[in-house]
Amino acid sequence: MTDDPQHENGDPIIQVRDLHVRYGEREILHGLNFDVPRNQTLVILGGSGSGKSTLLRTLVGLERPSAGEVWLKGKNLAVISARELDDIRKKMGMSFQGGALFGSMTVGENVALPLREHTQLEDSTIQIVVRLKLEQVGLAGFENYSPSQLSGGMKKRAAVARAMAMDPEILFFDEPSAGLDPIIAAGIDNLIVRLKTAFRMTIVVVTHELASAFLIADRMLLIDKGNIVAHGTPQDLRASTHPRVRQFLDRIAEPEVSEEQDYLQMLTEDRSADSF
Amino acid sequence: MAVHVAVGRATLNAFAYIGGLARLGGRAAYFTFIGPFRGRPLRLERAFHQALLVGVRALPIISLITFFVGVILALQGAYELRRFGALHFVASAVAISMTRELGPLMTAIVVIGRSGSAFAAEIGTMKVTEEIDALETMALNPVQFLVTPKFLAMVVMMPCLTVWADFMGIMGGALFGVSNAEFTFAGYIRATIEALLLRDIVTGLIKSVMFGMVITAVGCHEGFSTGAGAEEVGRSTTAAVVMSIFLVIVVDLVFTALFYFTAGAT
Repeated sequence: MTDDPQHENGDPIIQVRDLHVRYGEREILHGLNFDVPRNQTLVILGGSGSGKSTLLRTLVGLERPSAGEVWLKGKNLAVISARELDDIRKKMGMSFQGGALFGSMTVGENVALPLREHTQLEDSTIQIVVRLKLEQVGLAGFENYSPSQLSGGMKKRAAVARAMAMDPEILFFDEPSAGLDPIIAAGIDNLIVRLKTAFRMTIVVVTHELASAFLIADRMLLIDKGNIVAHGTPQDLRASTHPRVRQFLDRIAEPEVSEEQDYLQMLTEDRSADSF
Repeated sequence: MAVHVAVGRATLNAFAYIGGLARLGGRAAYFTFIGPFRGRPLRLERAFHQALLVGVRALPIISLITFFVGVILALQGAYELRRFGALHFVASAVAISMTRELGPLMTAIVVIGRSGSAFAAEIGTMKVTEEIDALETMALNPVQFLVTPKFLAMVVMMPCLTVWADFMGIMGGALFGVSNAEFTFAGYIRATIEALLLRDIVTGLIKSVMFGMVITAVGCHEGFSTGAGAEEVGRSTTAAVVMSIFLVIVVDLVFTALFYFTAGAT
């Protein structure tokens, strides 16, 4: 199941070694190990509370590991200086779940922001790049709209355009299809597939939408309660016999309690926040 | 919880809060004064925009409020002064009270209500919608991007607003002086200028700058420490206003005492 990714496309661009992350007293991720090969799309699957969002935040440096290491482009995130982290981040783009567009700026200004702050490009050049990026995500002509005027799907596209502004080497997506109807979600999936084929980018997507995942993934990772239960190609996952993997893929709900005694026990026993 | 434990914990929390404010203020100051020499240029455009919001837009309400305060001061002063037949001292009473204390303080209160809450609400909402995280992933420092323009704008605008507030307060006093204390307008102004020392105005302006720093630090700190959800944004906005008012009074006390004890025999 955990085949060695080092043989594909050269050295891996992200390496995770024995990663533990905790929020206060609770440990969310229990010793994860995996690599992300260059120029491939990795989909991180998992249910609510599995820790997949925490994992994504740790990969981009928004959370610190409590133990273990995350290596991004050959640099250990835990020990690099702020300036080195900034340099890595300039070659990275992230699209957040709600878009996270800056409400005080127009769509065009949002996309232009990284260029304005990190490059010496002339304003006229920046405008051209902005138009290009918006074109690439199918939002041509929306430069002067404010984010509040966009629909959910359009916000996500704008967020992708902003993430792509500096032509990143790695793109991260946090739940790109969440909250979108199937048609719009399919549009986002197609966008990701187009990005994958047109640009030489490594893409990491966190999602719980199975259809999207199987469409866009070169490799998949299934996380359950802070542990990796499956890691491989989509075919590997489809063929897996691990009960949690099968439950997730076959959309089997948690078994309902049918015995009286069990039901009574469930109502009266003190449950810690185990399922969240 | 036992009383001493509660008091101890509250004290430690207070120190932690002040520490958090100091850290934020320190980083804002770094990006304002040192950053530009280390390859992180100031973005004056954003600072100008903040100055417009914080300063220019506050002029109407500050004018009204400090005008009324000037009238109130004159009325209250006149109460006592006329018992001694010293009504002509009303001009100096208003001038000294406004420039030393009420000009800076009333300006700070208005700015807290307008801008202190706005800072907390804006940054708090950005935190909830992951916009702060987005800034970080774009290699933009949230303090440099969000706090420094506000800090710069406040430090410049507060003294300006205070000067205007002092002026409006004196005008309010003039209204009373001309109508009830047998001053001519020119006479009132002359009496005001004679009563004022440069020291009065300067100490007021120094206090106003300090108030501005406190308001920015508290508003932004509350914004950054907002938890998840709309209710949290409301809570942190309220906390920003309340803490700002409290800390402004504390800073007022400290600096007024400082100016008193360094005054010598004047």
